[in-house]
Parts: sequence; structure tokens; C-alpha cells
Amino acid sequence: MTRNTDTGGDSGDAVADGGVTENPNGSGFSPIAALNDRFGSDFVESSQFWLPPFLLVGLFVYGAIIWNLLISLTDFNSFGSPDYSDLDFEMYARALADSAFVDAAVNTFVLLVGFTLVTLALGLGLAILVDRNIRFENTLRTIYLLPMSLSFVVTAQFWAWMFNFNNGVINIVISSLGFGRVDWLGNPDIVLWAVMFALMWQFAGYAMVVYLAGLRAIPNEHYEAAKVDGASTIRMYWRVIIPQLKGSTISASVVLMVFALKAFDFLYSLVGGYRPPNGVDILATKMVREAYQANEWAYASAIAIALFLMALGIVGPYLYYQYTRGNL
Amino acid sequence: MNDDARTDGGTASETDPGAAAGALSGVDGYRVFLYLGLFGMLAFFLVPIESGLVTSFKTSGGVSGSFPFTPPTGSTFTFGKWGTAFDALGRGLVNSALYAIPATVISALLGSFAAYGITQSNWKPKYKAPILALFVAGIFIPYQAVLVPLAQFWSTVPLEESLSFLWGLGINDDYTGIIKLIVTHVAYGLPICTVLFRSYYKNMSEEMIEAARLDGASIRRIYRRIVLPLSGPMFAVVLIYQFTQIWNDLLFTLVLVQTESSAAAPIVLILAGLGTSLEGQDFALRMAGAFIAALPTLAVYIAFGEEFAEGVAT
Repeated sequence: MTRNTDTGGDSGDAVADGGVTENPNGSGFSPIAALNDRFGSDFVESSQFWLPPFLLVGLFVYGAIIWNLLISLTDFNSFGSPDYSDLDFEMYARALADSAFVDAAVNTFVLLVGFTLVTLALGLGLAILVDRNIRFENTLRTIYLLPMSLSFVVTAQFWAWMFNFNNGVINIVISSLGFGRVDWLGNPDIVLWAVMFALMWQFAGYAMVVYLAGLRAIPNEHYEAAKVDGASTIRMYWRVIIPQLKGSTISASVVLMVFALKAFDFLYSLVGGYRPPNGVDILATKMVREAYQANEWAYASAIAIALFLMALGIVGPYLYYQYTRGNL
Repeated sequence: MNDDARTDGGTASETDPGAAAGALSGVDGYRVFLYLGLFGMLAFFLVPIESGLVTSFKTSGGVSGSFPFTPPTGSTFTFGKWGTAFDALGRGLVNSALYAIPATVISALLGSFAAYGITQSNWKPKYKAPILALFVAGIFIPYQAVLVPLAQFWSTVPLEESLSFLWGLGINDDYTGIIKLIVTHVAYGLPICTVLFRSYYKNMSEEMIEAARLDGASIRRIYRRIVLPLSGPMFAVVLIYQFTQIWNDLLFTLVLVQTESSAAAPIVLILAGLGTSLEGQDFALRMAGAFIAALPTLAVYIAFGEEFAEGVAT
């Protein structure tokens, strides 16, 4: 309730501010002139545009994260409301002692790194193939990127069917090659890799689009020069072209890792419930399960903070990198 | 590998005339491998979709009695699964549109406002940078980190009471969930919209805006008369990208609407539980449902693929 009136009040202020600036800044002390002096001549007048969205994001994103941190320090569970008078790190201690949490953290990390690497590799391969002056370039690109436009809920249905033990495409293909059938989603040692494969299918097209933009930005002379030097095609890419794709690699990795952190939707839809197959429980699924199935709100908040710190560990350096390059 | 050959064949027949001429003019092994790789990957991306599509038209007997990637034959062909799926998902289609469309439009507009206010106005960059950084970081926040507070927040907002006139009109009060979804998606979609518009406004010609400023036009007037009319292409990108994101999201619907039996249940929420029961899984039904849920975003993607690619690449 209090948060709601906050939002309303603040955006109201912003509009009122905007209105005031219509009048010329009179003589004597004016807070608007003082603000403009401090921040720049358009600060107050432009705030009618950026301030309301900024407050909305500030409250829903950053306010909520701080609130989440507070809840994680309480013992809030089942129904009712949290008691903020008794704050401690009990939930974090509980997480470290919970082997299911540690497993989920490890799985999250493996999924993050493995998925990002294979998707980047496939995306780069696709981008290089598509960049070789081919026919039907647009059609091929469109189809490679198509899975990305689908919901995790939809792709989970497709892959549940692809990985089906008796009738799935994958098992039919490998058994026709003379190998035994594999229980892709039921074997805890394999399921994480199966999920990684499905996610790679969905996002390789994205990595391709990013790399293609990077490849097209490399001047033609670099290719020519490498040719003149007598470098083979493979050597040319390895030594000359790929090192220049560092920027594309960084931005694609950050986005892919964040997608992997969000793989909750996919895992939930794969089984139609909170409990993903054994061996592929990640922090995102465990957090939602603790909150909405077990009603362990404080514990779920602590897991969420762990997940948030992981995201921060990826995005923080990325933002700093962009800042130092003057992109912010 | 049967399926690979089939998919390849289908596309190759279309490519044949040109490709054959090219191949004959210079027997170029390298180009042959190039196209083999390209069409092999095409098969890789299409097989899950193709096998889903053919399976959705099979009877239950056809699903277990034939290869997943072969089309149904006369006796195993049925529209029945699509009918069942549509009966289950139809209301979800309407509900999803009810929040996805307003949330898309509002977040694109607000994102354009925010980007304009930060980019095209004259205040000190050292103060702009932290504000922009907060917008950019907002794109990457895992939603789990805000879920518990979000549920707490919405449970304290008296939406049910304040909208009681609507329930008097015979609208189910589950539809508060739609309003919650609109506000939530606008708030969490704003960072990406802002960043997309920012990259566009940063490259916009400044001369016109400078000239208008010298003429004494206010910031608001410049937006309405100059910036907004020039933002069309970026609006297309943002609307398409944002619509896809919001339509496809499951997590918020799970938290804010909760049950698929709710009158306001979005399509993804119903689909996630469709065709799974204790007796086993009805894959034909799940596939048909998946296509119905994917149709709006697929249509948008096929019509505006370029804009979508631009949205993801930025």
C-alpha cells in the first residue's frame, strides 16, 4: 500500500515539476535553477520524460531487490506477513548446509558456462558459413533465428517429444545408427546436457546474429591482406578474424548467460510442475519451488539473492567494460 | 537420418536451378561442403518443429505407431488434437492478448520517453551515466530476485476492492491478474525498451533538434514534432521484440495468476500443464497446443523478421 502511493505521488511530482518549468525562472533563489545549475541546463525540463520511467524501474527492480534482501533476513514462511524486527543470516546458513542448494548452484554454474560456450561456438560457425557470400542468405538466417521467437514453454514441448524414450527423434536416430536408446530426461547424469543441447538449439541463432554483425564490421582489407600473405582460410579466421570479434563475444556471452539463469520457464514446462527432472535442478527452479510450493518465503529470498549475485558477477564487469569504452 | 534427407530434399528442389548451374560452371568442392553445412544446420533447426507439426495431426495410435517425423497417413490423420487443444487454450489466447498488447505499447512509449529525456537533452553526462547504468543493469536482473517482494506488493494493493464496479458488470475478479501483469511487464520491460531507443536516438541527426531549440521550442514540443515522428522504425523493432517477450513469459503468469483454472489464465500457463496427466502424456495434444500458443509470435516473426533480428542484436 505505501509503495503504491509512493509511485503515484512521485510521478505526480514529476509532472508538476515539468509544469513549473514552463514559467521563466524568475529572479531570486529558485530550486529549479539550482538543480539545473548543478546537473545541466535541461535537467529539470527533461525530467518529465525520464523521471517517471526511472522511478517505475527504480521501485519495481531496485526497490524490490532491497526488499527481497530484507525478507531473506527474516524467518518469513507460510502465510501472514514477514516480521522485520528480528533479522539474521539464518537462511543463508541454511542454504549452505542444504545439499540440494549446493547441487542446484553447481548445476546453474555448469549450465551457464557449458550452454554459453557451445552456443557461442555454434553461433560463430553459423555466422562464418552465412557470411561466405551464399545464396538464400535471408531465408537461412530467418530459419536459424526462428526458435528464438518461440516461448520456452513451446520449445519445452518440442524437446520433451524429441527426447522421448520410445518415440523421440533423437533415440530413433541413434538406435538406427546402432547405438542403444538413452533415457535423456530420466538419467540424472545426462539430463543437464540434454537441456543444454535444447537451449543451444533455441539460442544459437541469436549468437549467429551478433557474430554476423561483428563479421560485417571487419573491413574487407583484413581478409585480402591475410589472403595475400598466403594464409589458409582456417588460419585466416583463427588468427585474423576471430580475435576481432571480442566485442561480439562479450556482449553475446552476457546475454546468453542471463538467458541460462532464466531457464526456469523451460524446466517448468518440460514436466508441467515445480520439480524438474532429477539432476537438472537449478537455482531458478529451486527458488520458485521453495516460494510457491513450500511457502518458505524467506529461504526462497535467500536463494534469489544468491542467483542475483551470480547475475551481478556477470553483468557488473560487463557494465564497467561498456562504461570504460564510453558506451554508456 | 531419414528426416534430414527429407528436409534437405524439400528445400533443395527450390534451390536446384541456380545451384546446379553454379556447381557445373566450376566444380567447386568447397562450395559443395559449404551448402551441405548450411542445409544440414537448416535440418537441425527445423526437425524439432517439423516433427512437432506432423505429430500434432496424428491420432494417439499414429503417434506411437509411426516415426515422429513422418507425416500422418490416411488412417492416423486427425484434426482432433488441434480441436481439443483449441478448446483448452482458446480463452488463454484472449487473456494473453489482453495484457500483452497494452503492456507492449505502454512499455515502448515509456521507453521512448526515458531514452529521449536522457539522450537528447542537455545535462551533464557524469550524472546521466549512473541513471543509464541502472536502466541497462535492469535488463539483466533474474526475475527470481524480485518475485517474493512482487507477490507481497500485489497482495497489499487493494485492486479487488477498487475495481468492484467491474465485477458488478459480470467480469470475473480473477481479471485483476491481467492488470497486475500489465503493470509488472511494463516495469520490467522498460529497461530493454529504453536501451533500444537510446541506441537509436544517439545516432539521430542533431542539427534539426538544435535548430528547433534555437527557435525556442520546448523539450516536449521537440519530442512531439520531431523525435516521435522519426522514431517509427525503432518503434517497430521495440514493439515486435517486446510483444514476443511478454507473450512468451511464463514466470510472471505463474506468480500473478497462479492457476491454469483461473478465468484469467494466460495461454502459456495453460500450455505448461496441457497433455500431462498421471495416465501418461498426450504428445499430439501437447504439440498442437504448442503451435497454437506459438502462432501469434510466429506470425509476427515471419512478417517482421528483420526488425526482430535488429531487436535481439542490439
